[in-house]
Amino acid sequence: MSGSDGSFDREMDFQDPWTGFTGWGDTAADDVTGESAARRFVRRFAGHRVAVLALVLIVLLILVAIFAPTIAPFDPNKQSLANHLKGPSSTHWLGTDELGRDVLSRIVYGSRVSLTAALQAVVIAVLLGVPPGLLAGFFGSWIDVIISRLTDAVMSFPPLLLAIGIVGVFGAGLRNAMLAVGIIFAPRFLRLTRSAVLSVRQETYIEASRSIGTSTTRILRTRILPNILSPLVVQISLSLGFAMLAEAGLSFLGLGVQPPQASWGAMVGRAYRYLDEAPTLVIFPGLAIVLAVLGFNLLGDGLRDSFGRETRKGGA
Amino acid sequence: MLYLFLRRLLFVVPILFLVSILVFSFVLLIPGDPAVTLAGDNPTPEQIAQIRDKLGLDDPIIVQYGHWVDDLVHGDLGDSLFTGRSVWKSIKERLPVTISLASLSLLFALIIAVPAGIIAATNRGRWIDSLTTVGASLGLAMPSFWLGLILVLVFGLKLGWLPATGFVPISESPWQWLKHLVLPALTLGAAAAAETTRQLRASLSDVLDQDYVRTARAKGLGWRSVVFKHGMKNAAIPVITVIGFQVAFLLGGSVIVEQLFALPGLGGLAIRAVLDRDVPIIQGIVMFAATIVIAINLIVDMLYGFLNPKVRSS
Repeated sequence: MSGSDGSFDREMDFQDPWTGFTGWGDTAADDVTGESAARRFVRRFAGHRVAVLALVLIVLLILVAIFAPTIAPFDPNKQSLANHLKGPSSTHWLGTDELGRDVLSRIVYGSRVSLTAALQAVVIAVLLGVPPGLLAGFFGSWIDVIISRLTDAVMSFPPLLLAIGIVGVFGAGLRNAMLAVGIIFAPRFLRLTRSAVLSVRQETYIEASRSIGTSTTRILRTRILPNILSPLVVQISLSLGFAMLAEAGLSFLGLGVQPPQASWGAMVGRAYRYLDEAPTLVIFPGLAIVLAVLGFNLLGDGLRDSFGRETRKGGA
Repeated sequence: MLYLFLRRLLFVVPILFLVSILVFSFVLLIPGDPAVTLAGDNPTPEQIAQIRDKLGLDDPIIVQYGHWVDDLVHGDLGDSLFTGRSVWKSIKERLPVTISLASLSLLFALIIAVPAGIIAATNRGRWIDSLTTVGASLGLAMPSFWLGLILVLVFGLKLGWLPATGFVPISESPWQWLKHLVLPALTLGAAAAAETTRQLRASLSDVLDQDYVRTARAKGLGWRSVVFKHGMKNAAIPVITVIGFQVAFLLGGSVIVEQLFALPGLGGLAIRAVLDRDVPIIQGIVMFAATIVIAINLIVDMLYGFLNPKVRSS
């Protein structure tokens, strides 16, 4: 993404006087109270009980994923056919599956797969969506038209069906499934970035930067990107939740993670044949998905409420 | 209105063109030699040659695309690589199931979301509002297949009220048709209901905070007619846009729900095609679904113009 923009892209032959500039203090950018943006964010977020709870939940989830080998009571892939389809007991808290594997251990290890898969998809979406969104919003004209029409086209596919199509082309497997989910989410990031850039592009400080000869790539990186960071963070949090759902759905269909690896969606996908005999096999991994997705969604909502310049009317 | 329609229609053409390019390029994206990859394990040279011939892989890409689009506008989506059946015929056969499911889901979603959204927006901050908000958050966080399995467990297996799987055409027995679709449609519609409830609550809340609503109240209009006459008409605009989006999600989500409830719809066809790597079927279904979504969005745009005079005149 180097500056291919020609006339504006001058080499930085002098020290940019705006280096380290963080805003006009309380005269322009901030509240009259003089509270810094970061501080206001923390204050608001801390007052948002549901969001704090969601954050705690997400942190716990990440810890479980990191320390899975210590937390899991059993080897997640160790089979014990004599012990298959047992309900919850004191040894196997959440019971055993059709091959006698410990469900709790598989859920604990599954958190690794589900979390990293969601993260992969969102990273792909950000990489595919943000740079073109920056370009479309900043340069406008034909670049914007082409990029925007392409976005419209991608967004007119039913998301899951497009993912299935992409997996069909590249072959089943977690990596391809997450590539597909990333491609589906990219237009959302693109549109968000584009509209955020459009709203800051006309600001005086951008014009000021430009008039003293700051290169376009530098303006994009140091002036525009920080300004659109907050909507991006919100979108990332919400997308992580949706990506988890998408991974669960594709793995449920057998197009995502392949056995014996366990993701929560794949666990439900295998267990539904035993719904009558062992309903807990379906219920527990599903609950894990619900909790994780709920965590990301509520965190996203809370972040959005806390980033805003004005408190939203009418409650959360 | 006609002008608006023509302008939107003009807008649709380049999108359809780009969509067709994207769908066509599925063949180009296949890793390695598509003919060899698609022929499966241990193919004979004849099989490979046959696939190469069927997909016209020896022609230059532009020519390939030209043939493909030419067939497409003539309603020919190609043939399955393995069964040789016409893709369009397979889609047509299974379409009634998917349409039944998707439209019933949308209906259920609205039946749940409209009252829930109104109740929440008119009781902001009370327990019933919190309950609705929590319910909507849960609805969005639940994977459809999981919700479906819980519904099957309770209403199918434990209570025995509704069949857990299968499909009966509406022409055979409308009652059985409905009975077989209630659980799948609830499953598929839950997320749409949740999203629409959230949207309706937010937009109706905004409208009810407006000055003209206060004026209407002040001149003695009852709360009920304020909400329904003044509030809903304006709050409906963003909600209709969300419903337009939902159609795309419902069509995609139906793949999972059909699989779960063993419904013989497009979903099953798509999954089998993906596992067999039957590219013409995948292309056909994706292209078809995208076209439907584009058409529905066109209708939504029209409705939007109908409800919002500002859009009409601009």
